[in-house]
Amino acid sequence: MSDLGSNLDDLYREIILDHYRSPRNRGELESPPAIRVEGFNPLCGDEIVVYLDIEDGILKNIKMVGSGCSISQSSASLMSSAVKGKTLDQVRATIAMFKQLMTVQESTLAHDGEAPKVDLRALGELAALQGVIKFPVRIKCATLAWNALVEGLDGLD
Amino acid sequence: MTSFNAKRVRADIPQLNRVVFDHPITYLDTASTSLQPNAVIDAMSRYYQLRHANVHRAVYQTASEATAAYEGSREAVARFINAPGGAGEVVFTKNATESFNLLAKSWGAKNLSAGDVVLVSEMEHHANIVPWFQLREHTGIEVRFIPTTDDYRLDTSRLDELMQGVKLLSITGMSNVLGSINPVRELAAVAHRHGALIAVDGAQSVAHAPTDVVALDLDFLVFTGHKMLGPTGIGVFWTREEILDAMPPFLGGGGMIADVRLDGYTPADGPTRFEAGTPPIAEAVGLNAAVLYLEGLGMTNVVRHEHALAGDALTRLELEFHGRVRVIGPGDMTERGGVISLDVEGVHPHDVAQVLDQFGVCVRPGHHCAKPLMRRFGLAATVRASYGPYSNTKDTDVLIEALGHAVKMFG
Ligand SMILES: Cc1ncc(COP(=O)(O)O)c(C=O)c1O
Repeated sequence: MSDLGSNLDDLYREIILDHYRSPRNRGELESPPAIRVEGFNPLCGDEIVVYLDIEDGILKNIKMVGSGCSISQSSASLMSSAVKGKTLDQVRATIAMFKQLMTVQESTLAHDGEAPKVDLRALGELAALQGVIKFPVRIKCATLAWNALVEGLDGLD
Repeated sequence: MTSFNAKRVRADIPQLNRVVFDHPITYLDTASTSLQPNAVIDAMSRYYQLRHANVHRAVYQTASEATAAYEGSREAVARFINAPGGAGEVVFTKNATESFNLLAKSWGAKNLSAGDVVLVSEMEHHANIVPWFQLREHTGIEVRFIPTTDDYRLDTSRLDELMQGVKLLSITGMSNVLGSINPVRELAAVAHRHGALIAVDGAQSVAHAPTDVVALDLDFLVFTGHKMLGPTGIGVFWTREEILDAMPPFLGGGGMIADVRLDGYTPADGPTRFEAGTPPIAEAVGLNAAVLYLEGLGMTNVVRHEHALAGDALTRLELEFHGRVRVIGPGDMTERGGVISLDVEGVHPHDVAQVLDQFGVCVRPGHHCAKPLMRRFGLAATVRASYGPYSNTKDTDVLIEALGHAVKMFG
């Protein structure tokens, strides 16, 4: 039997495994005042609860608890590191970039599954999640925490 | 005469020649759906090439051939489960799920009323739970559950108590998660002693052990073609003739009527009353071929083969992983089949299955449509490997090696 396929190495980058083994921003915030949002993936039972502490247009703190696969949990952890302390505009911009990364375009899939063009440098560590789009069933795992974050922000207005 | 030669069976299954990510396919998802032998695929394509026509309608030659093939399949199925009244007791449906809906919505709606109890078990597939909940919304019946013991068996210790008020005991022959085989014959005796009927979900059991509805003393049996080497799109509902004759129609339309007038309709007699619209004809032809194929192998040989493979896998999983890979199901082969659910310590089932996929290993991660059971054991999901007549020990070798990689990767 050969080594793990390169596809798999793409999916389980070292950064992802690191965030899975030692998730950042674990825990809860008192709610209220913090916003509390739940995310649930009925297909595989992944779940996440995201707590947002927003003050003067800034995401002062973010905490989360949950359980699930390495992709859902590491994506949540990576997300929390990327958005913590940022202005809401910056947070929304990061969400938009991440969503773009996760958008599988039929045309690009047809050509050996390359990711659609996104500015990977701007994404920083989040770029590690780009391998996910080669595994369409796992996209739902990767976007779980992000959808919860969006729901939390939507509830603001 | 039956003859079981594992090598020959493998050679009969074209999909086993697939190569996935440079590895020969290791198919361990038979509990989800089985692979098909050429006999089934060829029968269906011959049907479409030569004999396709609608059934029960036209008088031309191919139409009568198609009708004969469709009705012939009913006879084969009746023989396979030893239906006492023959083909007239076999209704073709879309799958096991539709068969359960037929049971609940036709027999159940007519015979059950507020306060009546349908007793199922905690290890049921959603197909044997949700239709009863739906019936409860309409009629106010009670749906009651037989619990599961900590060692993954049906807990029959309080069965007589649970049977109070029960009109139907509806239970799986074999759990599609745990692999546990339920004592169906004893349960039938208990049900009948309490004046209740018994329905068995044979979706898993019929494909992996001989099933004789007379010897088991069943009242209803439900199963599905695609888990027994047959095609998708066809399922079976069996009940005794006198029960079937008293059941009101289910879906309405063409095919299920004796007469339609401006002021109403008269339903047909027999199984066709429950087969509205053009039925799955090619699928019935495929199911017939699957039944013949399984009869050729001999169901006792199939059980023996799968039993040996699963027993070997249980032993080797323990030797190899010393408890890091936990079996969610009976740990030995007593009253157990070839469905093995695994919990890999510290590795989510999705991740396990993803790593296994890279080695061409097909297993299923998830809740297996048995969420009450998963909750009972505090699990969101398991990884399930399941054996079929075409499985071999090489499949287990690859499974164990790939599991080793998953453990190492996330360790
Ligand atoms: C025990 C059991 N019952 C019922 C079903 C439903 O079968 P189908 O999806 O063919 O309706 C399954 C298959 O998933 C099963 O394992």
